[in-house]
Amino acid sequence: MPRTIIPFGPQHPVLPEPVHLDLQLEDERVVEARPSVGFVHRGLEKLVEKKDFIDFVYVAERICGICSFIHGQTYCQGIEALMSAPVPPRALYLRTIWGELSRLHSHLLWLGLMADAVGFESLFMHSWRVREKVLNIIETTTGGRVIFGACKVGGVRRDISDEALAKILNDLEIIERDIRDITAVFLGNRSIKARLCGVGVLSREAAYDLGCVGPTLRASGIAQDMRQLGYAAFKDLEVRPVTRTDGDSFARCAVRCEELFQSIDLIRQAASRMPAGEIAAKATGNPNGECVMRTEQPRGEVVYQLKANGTRNLQRLRIRTPTFANLPAVIKLLQGCELADVPVLVLTIDPCISCMER
Amino acid sequence: MPRRNPDFPMSPEHTFETIPVEMLLERVRGFHQQGWRLVQICATRLPEQLELTYSFDRDNRLGNLRLVIPANALQVSSISSIFSCAFLYENELHDLFNLHVSGLTVDFEGHFYKTAIKFPFGTTKPPAGRPGAPAASVAPQGISAKT
Repeated sequence: MPRTIIPFGPQHPVLPEPVHLDLQLEDERVVEARPSVGFVHRGLEKLVEKKDFIDFVYVAERICGICSFIHGQTYCQGIEALMSAPVPPRALYLRTIWGELSRLHSHLLWLGLMADAVGFESLFMHSWRVREKVLNIIETTTGGRVIFGACKVGGVRRDISDEALAKILNDLEIIERDIRDITAVFLGNRSIKARLCGVGVLSREAAYDLGCVGPTLRASGIAQDMRQLGYAAFKDLEVRPVTRTDGDSFARCAVRCEELFQSIDLIRQAASRMPAGEIAAKATGNPNGECVMRTEQPRGEVVYQLKANGTRNLQRLRIRTPTFANLPAVIKLLQGCELADVPVLVLTIDPCISCMER
Repeated sequence: MPRRNPDFPMSPEHTFETIPVEMLLERVRGFHQQGWRLVQICATRLPEQLELTYSFDRDNRLGNLRLVIPANALQVSSISSIFSCAFLYENELHDLFNLHVSGLTVDFEGHFYKTAIKFPFGTTKPPAGRPGAPAASVAPQGISAKT
C-alpha cells in the first residue's frame, strides 16, 4: 500500500508549543512517526556557565511555566546538597505545599486541554475555572501565578501564616468538591470513555523499557514516584503512587484525576504537621562537587545533574525533563493508531515542550 | 519487581563508577538484563576530554556509569540497540557536543535540535603540535570563552 507522509505540527490546535511529527500513513493508519524538536531550544543549560549559581534559581524557574516552582526547588536542592547547606524544616514543608499546588494546577490544566481535544468545551471551561482557584491560592501566598519566585538556596522567601494556611485548607474543601464533580465526568462520561478507553495502550514492559516517567509510567502499572525518595517534607508524609494497569489513554487520565485528590491530601498532611521556625538559612561559600537530584514534577521524574568547581558558576548543569523521557513512548503509541487519534495520544503524555527546550 | 543486583553495590542515593570506553556496551547490557531503567545521558565538556554519565534507576536507586573520552577520539558506541530510548540522548550529544555516536538506531544526522550555533557547548580541540601539548577547549562562534 502506498504511504503518505502527513506533517503534524509544529503549529497544531492541540499543541500550545511547537513540536513536529512526520506521520507515515497507510490509508488512515499511522505506521511510523518521527519527531522533530528543537524549534525553540533556549540553551539554558549553557547559561549556567555565566550566571551566578544563586541567580540561576530565577532561570531554573523559567524553564517551564507550569512546573516552574519544582524546577527551582530541584535546582536549589542540588545546590544545597553540594554545599551541605541546612534547610529549615518549615521551609521544606512550605516547598512541599507549593509543589503540590503546582501539581494541582498542572493536572487541572491538562484535564482542560484533554476535554478540549475530545470536543467537550464546557468541561474544558470547568476544569480551568477550578484551576483558577488554585492559582488564586498561589498568588495569595507567593505573589505570582506562574512564576512563584518563592524558592531560594537555603530555604524559601515567603512564609504562610497560620491564618492564611487555615484559609487555604478552607479553599481546598471547595476545590476538592469541584474536582470531584469534574473527575466524575472525565471517568464516567460515555463519550470520553469511548474516545480514550483502549486507545494507545502502553504495556507495563514497554513503558519501563522506553524509560517513561510520571503518570505515563504509573498508568501502565509501575508504582514509581520520586516523592518516595523523601525529598522536602515527603519523608514525613504518606505518599503512595497512584497506579492503573490498563496502560491506555483512559488510564493515564484516571491517574491524573486521582493524583488531584492525592495532592490535596498531601497539602493537608503538610499543613497539619507544619513545624514552626525559620524559613531560610544563610548559605555561605560556593558549591563544589557533583550530584544528581531527582524530584517528581506533574509530568514525572525530573533529573538535575550539577557539577561545581568551587566558583560562583557551575561547571555543568544538565536537566532531563519528564517530557524528554516520555517522547519515545509517543513514538511507540502512534505506531498503528488511527490518524484521528494522534492529537489525543500526543496529549496523553502531557507534553511540555517548554521543559524539553530548556 | 526486579531483584537487587548484588554485583552493583549501591548507596541509598547514588554512585558513580568510571569505566573504560570499550566496556560501555557490556556494562550497559548488564544493566538492561538486570532490570535497570535508563534515566539520562549527560555530557560535560572538560578542557581535554568529554565526560559522559549514563544514569540508570532501579527501585529508586541510581547507578551512574562514567566515561572519559579523550579529545582526539570523540566517538562512542550507541546504546540505542540495548535501550531503545537512548537515541534521543545520543542525538542530543551529537548536536550539542559534536560527539560522534556510532550505531544509532534513529539518527537525525545533526538535525535533532535547530540551534542557531552549531555545537553550542563547543568542541574539545585535540592537542596540536608537539606531542603532549595541552588541548584547548574551543567555544562556539558567538559565545565568549570567558565565563
